[in-house]
Amino acid sequence: MTEVLQLYVFVLAGIVGYQLITRVPPLLHTPLMSATNAISGISLVGSIAAAGGQFGGLSTFLGLVAVTAATINVVGGFMITDRMLKMFRRPDQKGQ
Amino acid sequence: MEYFIQATYLAASVLFIFGLKGLTHPDRARRGMQLAALGMLLAVIGTLLKQEIVTYGWIIAGLVIGSGVGAAMSIWMPMTAIPQRTAISHAFGALAATLVGIVEYREHIEHLSHVKMAALGFEVMFGALTITGSCLAFAKLQGLVPSAPITYKFQNMSNIGLFLFALALFVYLIFNPGAYVAFWLMVVVGLAVGVLIVLPIGGADMPVVISLLNSYAGLASSATGFALDNTVLIIAGALDGASGFLLSVLMSKAMNRSFTNVLFGAFGGADAAAGSGSSTAGLTVQSVTADDAAIQLAYARLVIVVPGYGLAVAQAQHQVRELAELIERRGGEVKYAIHPVAGRMPGHMNVLLAEANVPYDRLYDMDDINPEFARADVALIIGANDVVNPAARTDPASPIYGMPILNADQAARIIVLKRSMNPGFAGIENALFYNPKAALLFGDAKASLTQLVGAVKNA
Repeated sequence: MTEVLQLYVFVLAGIVGYQLITRVPPLLHTPLMSATNAISGISLVGSIAAAGGQFGGLSTFLGLVAVTAATINVVGGFMITDRMLKMFRRPDQKGQ
Repeated sequence: MEYFIQATYLAASVLFIFGLKGLTHPDRARRGMQLAALGMLLAVIGTLLKQEIVTYGWIIAGLVIGSGVGAAMSIWMPMTAIPQRTAISHAFGALAATLVGIVEYREHIEHLSHVKMAALGFEVMFGALTITGSCLAFAKLQGLVPSAPITYKFQNMSNIGLFLFALALFVYLIFNPGAYVAFWLMVVVGLAVGVLIVLPIGGADMPVVISLLNSYAGLASSATGFALDNTVLIIAGALDGASGFLLSVLMSKAMNRSFTNVLFGAFGGADAAAGSGSSTAGLTVQSVTADDAAIQLAYARLVIVVPGYGLAVAQAQHQVRELAELIERRGGEVKYAIHPVAGRMPGHMNVLLAEANVPYDRLYDMDDINPEFARADVALIIGANDVVNPAARTDPASPIYGMPILNADQAARIIVLKRSMNPGFAGIENALFYNPKAALLFGDAKASLTQLVGAVKNA
């Protein structure tokens, strides 16, 4: 039954995502991609469990690498998205 | 405690959705992304409280190293390099998902259900091909590997064969989760497939490929969620997967190509260009001096700038903005026509112009700007080629026939800033440059624009 519920969640989230993202203007497609990239860095959650679990040895090492890679995406992704969005200047703000 | 952890995951999922909703408008986008970042923080805190976590040393080490590298990459990365950065971050995301899958497989090999094995197998296979595919896309965009398509005989057949082999291993594993060798073989084949599918893809098709890899990275995350029974992973991965999928559809449409055509077409090869029926032999182009071009710009009521990737290569975004401000000060109006594939990833050109302080209300999508060309006095084409090639409308033999283009040929005058008469990225002649209304200003885009700025000041 769990699997069926998971599938529900996946399909519904996919539909919500699709609906939302069709409304993102092409103007913001690059920030969109770096934002979704940062969000998919949520695999950090799984990585933390792998690095901190009672596995030891190779598994813990792989977990460490996974935490590092996912954190790069989360921190880097959110920061660069913000850096980009900051540049989209409203028409009434003249100059910098 | 378990309820608290689940509450943080629920909050994170909701905040991610609000975050993406913010991106529907540039004024709300930053706020939205801050909410999404808060969601991520909550999810991480929730996870750290989990019972099964016994040691924190390695977690903290990974978090510290990752934050340092991530912050450095985003602070010092030039905006022209965003496509490369995005490609490599897909590789990181896929790497994390794949490794989590491998750890999960190693630790639970004795009691894996078929369903869980299916999720793990999908996660690891798609993760593996996204890792190497993204690394190769990165190398191509960074210029470490020639960006031209690399093709050889029986390429498509061998790629499909290898992919089917990986799928066969995947199906076998679902029924025999304990087959250790098959699992590792699948990882290796997945890594190989990633390289092989990106090899034949040329630089002009990168927007589609990056979007597709974005989608795969998301799906791999989602599969991780299925394997770990973690809802926030499923949701975030589904959002990413949907976004990447939608963007690749949009990019394919903008190039009038199907997915399969991008993946198996090896566009831009010599054969494609040779097939073009339109001949420009015997036609001559008119060149124009910076002073003459400046006069036309200075007295224009409406100038539409068509920026292409050549503009970004020449790093001339600031000169364009300066020129535009001069024209505006003289009473003219300047708009920018942004083709969906103007850069190396979706929306790239908008970011580059925003960085040069061009207000975002001057940046127009193709559908919004196309009706305006007919009343434009000057279309100023800078480093763009295929996206204004009328052959896309008129010449069924052209490889870009049917691709939606910007109607620059409808402007009263067309000024083209161009380094030389070499054909564009797709290797196709452009009849627009031979149009009697068109005049070419040869030279480096930055140098030409600087001359134009000087000349418009004196006009």
